[in-house]
Amino acid sequence: MEFQGILNYLVGFAIMAVIYSIFTLGLNVHWGYTGLFNIGVAGFFALGAYTSALLTTATPDPLKFEDYIFGGNLPALLGVFNLGIDLWFLVALLGAGAVCGLMALIIGSVTIRLRGDYLAIVTLGIAESVRYIFLNEKWLANGSKGLYRIPKYLGDWVSPQHYDYLFLVVVLIVLVVIYVAVERTIKSPWGRVLKAIREDELTAAASGKNVFSFKLQSFMLGAFIMGIGGALYAHNIRFIDPRTFDPLLATFIIWAMLMVGGSGNNKGAILGAFTVWGIWAGTQFLPGFLSDPNFRFIMVGLLIVVVILLRPGGILGEERKISASAAPPNKVAPPDA
Amino acid sequence: MKGPVPILEIKNVEKDFGGVRAVSGCSFNVQQGTITGLIGPNGAGKTTLFNLITGFVPCTGGQIYFQGKRIDRLPPHEIFRQGIVRTFQIPRELKRMTVLENLMVVPSHQTGENIWGSWLFPRRVRRQEENNEAQAIDILRFVNLVHLKDEYAGNLSAGQKKLLELARTLMAEPQLVLLDEPGAGVNPTLMKELVEHIRRACTEKNLTFLLIEHDMDMVMRLCDPIIVMCNGENIMEGSPHEVRQNEAVLEAYLGGLGR
Ligand SMILES: Nc1ncnc2c1ncn2[C@@H]1O[C@H](COP(=O)(O)OP(=O)(O)O)[C@@H](O)[C@H]1O
Ligand SMILES: [Mg+2]
Repeated sequence: MEFQGILNYLVGFAIMAVIYSIFTLGLNVHWGYTGLFNIGVAGFFALGAYTSALLTTATPDPLKFEDYIFGGNLPALLGVFNLGIDLWFLVALLGAGAVCGLMALIIGSVTIRLRGDYLAIVTLGIAESVRYIFLNEKWLANGSKGLYRIPKYLGDWVSPQHYDYLFLVVVLIVLVVIYVAVERTIKSPWGRVLKAIREDELTAAASGKNVFSFKLQSFMLGAFIMGIGGALYAHNIRFIDPRTFDPLLATFIIWAMLMVGGSGNNKGAILGAFTVWGIWAGTQFLPGFLSDPNFRFIMVGLLIVVVILLRPGGILGEERKISASAAPPNKVAPPDA
Repeated sequence: MKGPVPILEIKNVEKDFGGVRAVSGCSFNVQQGTITGLIGPNGAGKTTLFNLITGFVPCTGGQIYFQGKRIDRLPPHEIFRQGIVRTFQIPRELKRMTVLENLMVVPSHQTGENIWGSWLFPRRVRRQEENNEAQAIDILRFVNLVHLKDEYAGNLSAGQKKLLELARTLMAEPQLVLLDEPGAGVNPTLMKELVEHIRRACTEKNLTFLLIEHDMDMVMRLCDPIIVMCNGENIMEGSPHEVRQNEAVLEAYLGGLGR
């Protein structure tokens, strides 16, 4: 019983750490590889979660005080194609990614041409706006009451008390697919251009690269990944409301994960997600004020400070191999790296 | 038959930075196949003119033609595609990338630079990568940096960074190369090599050079013609001999020093 409880807790922990790994991989595309300063991860997190939730919940029922007007009811709609596997989940994930990618296209088109700090301000502003829109526009997503009939993926395959094991496998598969795809894309000549832009935009432009276009593509790719993370989050917790996407838990902690694990390193991003989530989740069992969320955030902050002092590039540091086709560099990184 | 068509035509080009007039009514041509020198005292507007030609800074007035086609108003990457490539006065290498990759990033039209490219055409991407690497190695050999190919570019010495800038321009397979003080901070031995590299690139690779340089010795040995700029204008043009003899040039330099 005791053992079972611990195991269940660990599985729940792992699911969240995997989902956060996905956000961190998305942020790594933005910051680690392109130098795009996105401090509004929460915006894409929320948009992905709400998109997937709205696509898959049943039509709202006014008798249950559900004020919103649209529920895509995808599981029932796509249930007619009996392929032995629930198709709706894939559609919902890709839909969430696509909406975030589209959002990135719109935001990026107007801000990426401007100086770097504008992107930071705008992403931060958009993230908060997204939250307020979902809060105030009740017709859109039920306002502060949130969405709470988000369906389980493959919910009828196993008994409810074993469902988390199954869902852990699902999120792990998604993580592996995203990891492999990002690794390959980043180590292609396309990714090499992103790194060139990160190192020096003027040199990239002087080498004939359309800096704006590459930055926009990177912004969309990272946002797409974050959208998928948001969707997985929604189907894991199966209840979302605007408070879920608080900047501390939906932006700050993801930055902490990337800094701790190693910016510019996809393995580092995943390691950072597990480490920081471990500290965040682990400290909730501390006695007294030590388990207070504010104190736990201070712990995460301290972790960042310690890691930055001991290993400025994060635990794993930036990956040395730059592209698939060339050898990794010889010696240590240049001093100001 | 018409006379030779200039590869680059600068017509009444002007640039204001707020109140500062960095370039005013500058007009000259660069002929195909030459190593044209651009000299003048500090603050004459030479670097600004390079920024205008390569689209990094928009012109306030005038026109620039490259091979008969108007290029002012085009963004830097479009101008690069037309065949103009430039270096920076202060080298801007890609620090946390290897020397080899600083060059691999340069060629245009790489299939793998499309986000889907390496997924859809992996064989073609690999072949291009092999070709580009071979070309990059050749160029690194040409500028004596091949032993440093896997070194972080940020770890190179100042002189090596200058050579890397030159290598980057050669990698671009351009028609016109703009070099901004390629000799500054380079030791005399390396300088001799640099002059040799530029001359060889001009004859062997059939390139045209426009280069800014303060080292008169280098300019006099390498460039013909030489264009002299002062206070944002070109004040004369001629052979090294003519420039040396010219009163106005002396005046410009002495005046520049006196200020
Ligand atoms: N971005 C800029 N903003 C304002 N003034 C500038 C800028 N770039 C150059 N200038 C000014 O334009 C003038 C010409 O500078 P520059 O082209 O660098 O000269 P040179 O390369 O011949 O030494 C100088 O007075 C310089 O201060
Ligand atoms: Mg200058």
